[in-house]
Amino acid sequence: MKKHPYQNPTGVPAYTGLLLISPFIIGAVIFTVYPFVCSFILGMTESSISRELRFTGLKNYAEMFRSDSFRNALSVTVKYALILVPLKLIVSLLTAMLLNAEIKGMRFFRTAFYLPSILGSNLAVVIMWQYLFKSKGLVNQLLGLCGAAPVSWYGDSRYALFIIVLLRLWEFGSTMLIFFTALRDIPSEYYEAARVDGCGAVRSFFSITLPQLKNVIFINLVLQTIAALQEFNAPYMITGGNPMKSTYTIGMLIYDEMFAYSDIGSANAVSWVLFAFITLTVVILFRITGRLREEKI
Amino acid sequence: MKKLPAYILLIMTAAVMLYPLLWLIGASFKSNSEIYSTAWFVPEHFDFSVYKKAWQTGTGHSLGKYFFNTFMVILPKTLFAVLSSVLVAYGFARFDFPMKKFFFALLMGSMFMPAVVTVMPLYLMWSKLGMLDTYIPLTLPSLFACEGMFVFILIQFFKGVPKEFDEAARIDGCGTLRTLFYVLLPCIRPAVVTISVFTFLWTMNDFLTPLIMINSTEKYTLALALRTSVDSTGQGYEERKIIAMSVLGLIPSVTVFAAAQKKFVSSMTAGGLSG
Repeated sequence: MKKHPYQNPTGVPAYTGLLLISPFIIGAVIFTVYPFVCSFILGMTESSISRELRFTGLKNYAEMFRSDSFRNALSVTVKYALILVPLKLIVSLLTAMLLNAEIKGMRFFRTAFYLPSILGSNLAVVIMWQYLFKSKGLVNQLLGLCGAAPVSWYGDSRYALFIIVLLRLWEFGSTMLIFFTALRDIPSEYYEAARVDGCGAVRSFFSITLPQLKNVIFINLVLQTIAALQEFNAPYMITGGNPMKSTYTIGMLIYDEMFAYSDIGSANAVSWVLFAFITLTVVILFRITGRLREEKI
Repeated sequence: MKKLPAYILLIMTAAVMLYPLLWLIGASFKSNSEIYSTAWFVPEHFDFSVYKKAWQTGTGHSLGKYFFNTFMVILPKTLFAVLSSVLVAYGFARFDFPMKKFFFALLMGSMFMPAVVTVMPLYLMWSKLGMLDTYIPLTLPSLFACEGMFVFILIQFFKGVPKEFDEAARIDGCGTLRTLFYVLLPCIRPAVVTISVFTFLWTMNDFLTPLIMINSTEKYTLALALRTSVDSTGQGYEERKIIAMSVLGLIPSVTVFAAAQKKFVSSMTAGGLSG
C-alpha cells in the first residue's frame, strides 16, 4: 500500500483539504471539546441559588459514590445493558442470517423489520408501548389467550425494566441491517469450500461467519452498549423510573440532578462518571473482540 | 420446502414487528372498554371525530402548529447537515493534508461519543448566549458536520466515484468547489438522500434536546406536544385522543420512510458501515 493513496491534484495547495474539513474541526471544538472540559470543571464545583460557583474539588464525586440513588441508578443501568445488548445482537444476527438465505420477499421482510428501529425513540412509539403493557393491555390479553396469568408490568419491580428492554429489542432493525450487509459481503466460495471439506452448518457458522463478522459485531456491540448506558427517553416517558426506582437509569439521574434539583455540579459529576464508565466498557470490548480493521482513507 | 421453517419464523417476526402499529391505528377508533377487552386490532366502528379532537390537541395550539414547528427545525437542519457533511467528506476522500490521520480518528471517535456528557454544558452555553427557547441550539450544530456517521457514509460513496472524473473536470477548468458541485455531487445523490432522510427521522425522534432547550408552548416540537398531552390526560375519551395524536405523529416518519426506503435501505446496504 502506498503511504498516500490520494495525492492532491497538481496545483491544489496543501491546506485545501484542511479548509474543506474546517467545519468539522470548529464543530468538534465548540460542541465536543469545550463542553467536555466545561463538564469536568463544573463537576468539581458547587452552585447555589445565587448562581455563584464555588470550587469544591472531588466533593461531588465523594457524595455521589456514597448516595443510594446513584448506586441504584448505576446498577439498574448496567443490568439493563447486560440484558438488552446480548439479546439484541443475537436476535439481529439470527434474523439477518434468515434473510440472507435467498428468501422470497426478502425486501418486504427487511423493510418490516427495519421500520420500528426507524421510528425508534419517536415519542408516539413510546406512548404506544406504554398502552401495550397496561394491566389489561394487548400484551396481557395475548398472555391470557395463551393461558398465562396477566403480569403487573408497571407494579412489579421485577418486570418493569423488561418493558423498556422489549421496546428496544423491538427496534433491532438497524443492528440487523448492519449484520445483513456484512453477511452479503462474505464470498459464497468460503461456504462451498467448507462444504466440500465436510463442514456442517454449525461448524461453518463458527469458523467462517463469526470470524468474518468480527468488525461489525464490534461496531454493533459498541453502538448498542453506548445507547443502552445512556437510556433516558423510554424510562422517562413510560415508567418514570418506577416502581421503586427499578427503571431509574443514570440518564434520568443526570436529568433530575440538573432540572429537578438544579444541582449543576452533581449533574456534571454524574455525567463524567458515566462517560468514564462508557469509555472503559468500550476499551474492554475492544480488547475482547480484537482490533477493528484499520480504516483506509 | 426446506425453507419452510425459515418462512414461518420470518412471518412470525414480521407480525411481532408490525402488529403493535396496526393495533395503535385500530385502538384510536375503539372505545376504552373495547381497547382493553379484545386483542384484535380492527375496531367495531370507525369514528373519525376523535381525529378532529386530536388535531385540536388540548394545549391551545393545533397539531398543525406543532407539525409546522418541527418542520421549521428539520428544514434548516437537513440543509446544514448535507452541506457541511458533503464538504468535510470531500476533504477527507479527495485531499491530503497535515494531521489527516488525527482528524479522521477524531471523526471516527465522534461516532462513538456518548452525548450525555456534552448535553448539560451545552445547555449552560446556550443559556449564557441567551439562545434558549429558540431553534438555534437544535439546528446550528448541524452546520458543523456534527454527525460523524453522515461524513462516513459520504466518504464511502466518494470513494466509489473514479478519480478520473475529478481530473477531467480540472482539465475543463473547474476549481475545487465546482468539481464537487457539478461533477461529484450528482454521482452521490443516493447518499445525499440517505443523509436527508436520516436527519428528518432523527429530528422527528429527538426528544431530550427540545425538552431541555425549548420551554414556551408555542415553540414546542411534535414530541414535546405529545408529552404535554400525555401528562395532562385524564381517563376516558382522552386516551383515544392521545392514541390518535400518536398515529398522526407517526405519519410524517412513516411516509418519508416509505417514499425513500428503496434508495435509503439499499444505500445503507451498499455504502453504510460495512465499509
